[in-house]
Amino acid sequence: MADKQLTEQDIVAGLAEIVEEVAGVAQDEVTKEKSFVDDLDIDSLSMVEIAVQAEDKFGVKIPDDELANLKTVGDAVAYVANNS
Amino acid sequence: MTTLRQSTGVAATRILGIGSFQPERVVTNDDLSQLMDTNDQWIRDRVGIIERRFADKDEFLVDMAVTAGERALADAGVEPSDVDTVIVPTCTMPSPIPNAAAQVADRIGIKASGAFDLNAACAGFCYGLGVASDLIKAGSAGRVLVIGAEKLTDVVEPVDRANAIIFADGAGAAVVGPSDEAEIGPVVWGSAGDLVDTIYMRDHRYIYQEGQAVFRWATTKIAPVALEAVAAAGLEPSDIDVLIPHQANLRIVEAIAKRLRAKGARDDMVVADDIKYSGNTSSASIPMALDHMRAAGRVSQADVVLAVGFGAGLSYAGQVFIAP
Repeated sequence: MADKQLTEQDIVAGLAEIVEEVAGVAQDEVTKEKSFVDDLDIDSLSMVEIAVQAEDKFGVKIPDDELANLKTVGDAVAYVANNS
Repeated sequence: MTTLRQSTGVAATRILGIGSFQPERVVTNDDLSQLMDTNDQWIRDRVGIIERRFADKDEFLVDMAVTAGERALADAGVEPSDVDTVIVPTCTMPSPIPNAAAQVADRIGIKASGAFDLNAACAGFCYGLGVASDLIKAGSAGRVLVIGAEKLTDVVEPVDRANAIIFADGAGAAVVGPSDEAEIGPVVWGSAGDLVDTIYMRDHRYIYQEGQAVFRWATTKIAPVALEAVAAAGLEPSDIDVLIPHQANLRIVEAIAKRLRAKGARDDMVVADDIKYSGNTSSASIPMALDHMRAAGRVSQADVVLAVGFGAGLSYAGQVFIAP
């Protein structure tokens, strides 16, 4: 599903869908400046589930050591944009 | 060239009976929060456990295995003298010499039994059930008692909040014998030794896990193994009445169930959640869950059960069987 035309908005929207499905956070809460842990209250295991779904959705690889660096939604958006 | 005579077995096997044992001592999440920095909600959210059972100091793995084995024999209506092989899947014998199986067999009254332990960690019961079924089909054994038994509290640092909240003690057993109908499907097994460092005993003393790495592996790689087991048995995912994944973590169990449903398993497939009141008992968790679910009326005789175990090694195994 990697798509060269993927815009930042597409990635945010795609992540928001995943975050809602995994952690029950409303999609409009998922914005770039939010911290997964501190603002969205997402635990480390949910982060793994989000990463696995993001891998399928965006055609990227997100290893656990990279995942540890993705503190905010914006970090994840940038990672997907740079690696898909 | 001399040709040797071969033993001949039977065409098919089934589980004749099951039984389990848990220690009396119930340990709640609140009990654990007295000992370490944790709390009830955190534990429920992360692993889905409400309470678990810990064996006393003088209550040994072998004791638990004996009781579970005796209960399985009683359930099967099989006398100890009718059993010729005992397999004890376990990874927590306090010392590797002697094994558990020979003394368990002797204490149950199974004389001069073929007896061995089998270490495939949390996949142990499914490995053991597969081996038992194949021994009978090959003619190497007549009836086999398989007893997953673990005293994980011996290998968990009591104040290690990552592991002490998860692991617990107990035993679960199945009697396997010949059958007119094929009621145990082929075992599908394998290993991922490249991930050996994600679960091991630190300083040969206390269990350690890379939580995220194990979680990722279990939630992504195990559902395909389960689906292979379904196909190996000649069934479709929609044929499965009951799913019993190793009770590692309720969130892993739910993730596996979700992936199977995405591949056609039914919404009304019963999914084992015995971890809630039993914790993670490694090789004991699948037969214990089956026994508890049957007692609770959630599994009935003739139900099609899909079991899949996974754990240290990393190792995994699964098969379909018909509930006794």
